[in-house]
Amino acid sequence: MGRITLHGVTKNFGDTEVIRPLDLEIEDGEFVVFVGPSGCGKSTLLRLIAGLEDVTAGRIEIDGVDATGVPPAKRGLAMVFQSYALYPHMSVRKNIAFPMRMAGLDKAEQNRRIESAAAALNLTDYLDRRPGQLSGGQRQRVAIGRAIVREPAAFLFDEPLSNLDAALRVGMRMEISELHTRLKTTMVYVTHDQVEAMTMADKIVVLQHGVIEQVGSPLDLYREPRNLFVAGFIGSPKMNLMTGEEAERRQAATMGIRPEHITASPTEGLWQGTVGVSEHLGSDTFFHVHLDGRADPVTVRAGGEVSLHHGDMIYLTPDESRIHRFDAQGMRLA
Amino acid sequence: MARAISTRRMALNTAIAWTIGAMIFFPILWTFLTSFKTEAQAIADPPVFFLFDWTTENYTTVQERSNYFRHFWNSVVISVGSTLIGLAIAIPAAWSMAFVPSKHTKNILMWMLSTKMLPPVGVLVPIYLIFRDLKLLDTQFGLIIVLTLINLPIIVWMLYTYFKEIPGEILEAARMDGATLRSEVLYILLPMAVPGIASTMLLNIILAWNEAFWTLNLTAAKAAPLTAFIASYSSPEGLFYAKLSAASTMAIAPILIMGWFSQKQLVRGLTFGAVK
Repeated sequence: MGRITLHGVTKNFGDTEVIRPLDLEIEDGEFVVFVGPSGCGKSTLLRLIAGLEDVTAGRIEIDGVDATGVPPAKRGLAMVFQSYALYPHMSVRKNIAFPMRMAGLDKAEQNRRIESAAAALNLTDYLDRRPGQLSGGQRQRVAIGRAIVREPAAFLFDEPLSNLDAALRVGMRMEISELHTRLKTTMVYVTHDQVEAMTMADKIVVLQHGVIEQVGSPLDLYREPRNLFVAGFIGSPKMNLMTGEEAERRQAATMGIRPEHITASPTEGLWQGTVGVSEHLGSDTFFHVHLDGRADPVTVRAGGEVSLHHGDMIYLTPDESRIHRFDAQGMRLA
Repeated sequence: MARAISTRRMALNTAIAWTIGAMIFFPILWTFLTSFKTEAQAIADPPVFFLFDWTTENYTTVQERSNYFRHFWNSVVISVGSTLIGLAIAIPAAWSMAFVPSKHTKNILMWMLSTKMLPPVGVLVPIYLIFRDLKLLDTQFGLIIVLTLINLPIIVWMLYTYFKEIPGEILEAARMDGATLRSEVLYILLPMAVPGIASTMLLNIILAWNEAFWTLNLTAAKAAPLTAFIASYSSPEGLFYAKLSAASTMAIAPILIMGWFSQKQLVRGLTFGAVK
């Protein structure tokens, strides 16, 4: 079981309020991602759940039991750190065995769990090496192995992939998702990368300045961002946000339209502009279009092999049903 | 970027380095040579270097007159004892300063260091009187206490800098893995800090071995270490240079040999964390 509930959790560092009073429900078996820009308090929130930081006010419950004052060792959670935090003086085997040794498990059970974790994580050949002799990806797998063998109530991941190179990151992302499917254990995952959040999460918690901006499934957040911040943060490339005449025409202070919901045509359309920078990804092309009479360029997604050049004339038509409207306070209009 | 240094410049630098090295080493060499001279040759003017009648007579006389091994043993007990007790106190202190600092940690560290700026003679009388009343004068135990206290600031400072180098996340990982504070220190922190602890230990043994002010003032015969053994051959008349040199050579030899074998560890320890 791994149901985590936060009631009015607050954290101050000196006079700085890092986490404002905050309520959150994490269901058993859920994959929850905390996402937000750096300094939004997402890592602090994770450390509060872990018990590595003390809450200033509020209550943390794990499986219905108040865990607020319980030391990290006794919360039954496992954590994977950004720096992997392996014990450099121990072999991989001993690293993975450490939590079981602390729990006083018998040797045979320890070995059984080590072998099965190593097999699942492709570490069998490396069990007798030291962390220093492993690559970044292998180290991260050791850290995950060390977490798995505890059979924790929940896994906590603190930006586990940000020290890996891009290709490895995609691979590890899949491995962690697969792990979650297999173990069905609650996972709480912190990242600043919204792509990681979108691809892995059952539920995303978007944070800014220590406040939850929105909680929801990736597609909820994509389809119905509650405010301008979430609209701009979720989705890649970012949603195009416009103020002025176009927004007013739709009875909004700000309107937003995602690059993939605009149709581009060389001959006709609602908006006229010229092509600026284009990014060819092969499968897609993103054009940054300068509309007549607007300062900020609009990003548009087109097919992979559309060939338009810098300075070409282009016409854009937004899909009216996909337009997001926001009021003057930046909140979504129904 | 590597700088190009001309051969001539290199030769000059080498010559200067060797000259400075020789100047530093000269007193030790001179003491060593003098210890094999007769008392007359030891004060000969002009001094003789190698062309004298080598004799081990001084060593025999020194050993006959005073029991070298008793002093040697006192030195070992006092320097090793004070270092071990110092480490036992300093490890928890440095742990708390490095990993759970409060806003006063820096001030406490500075205050500890400031005690080393006080001339020891300033507290000689009170300490002497306390030692007299507690019957600690001329005891190994008394010297261990005073040397522990004197070197404690250095031990804490050195360990603090080593511990600062250990990433806090590793200790947090241990906590998440279910380690109690005791297991965290015993299985994670100490094994990772072994190089630092070893060089702290070596340096403090050397400092305690060579400490002369307190060892001379608080001992008479029973607990007197090698510093007192040397001092007993320096008479105001100054007629026993050769014997004094023999005593000095015997006193510094053990620590010099230890230093020689552990120099790699010492240098690494002293420069640890200097480049980061």
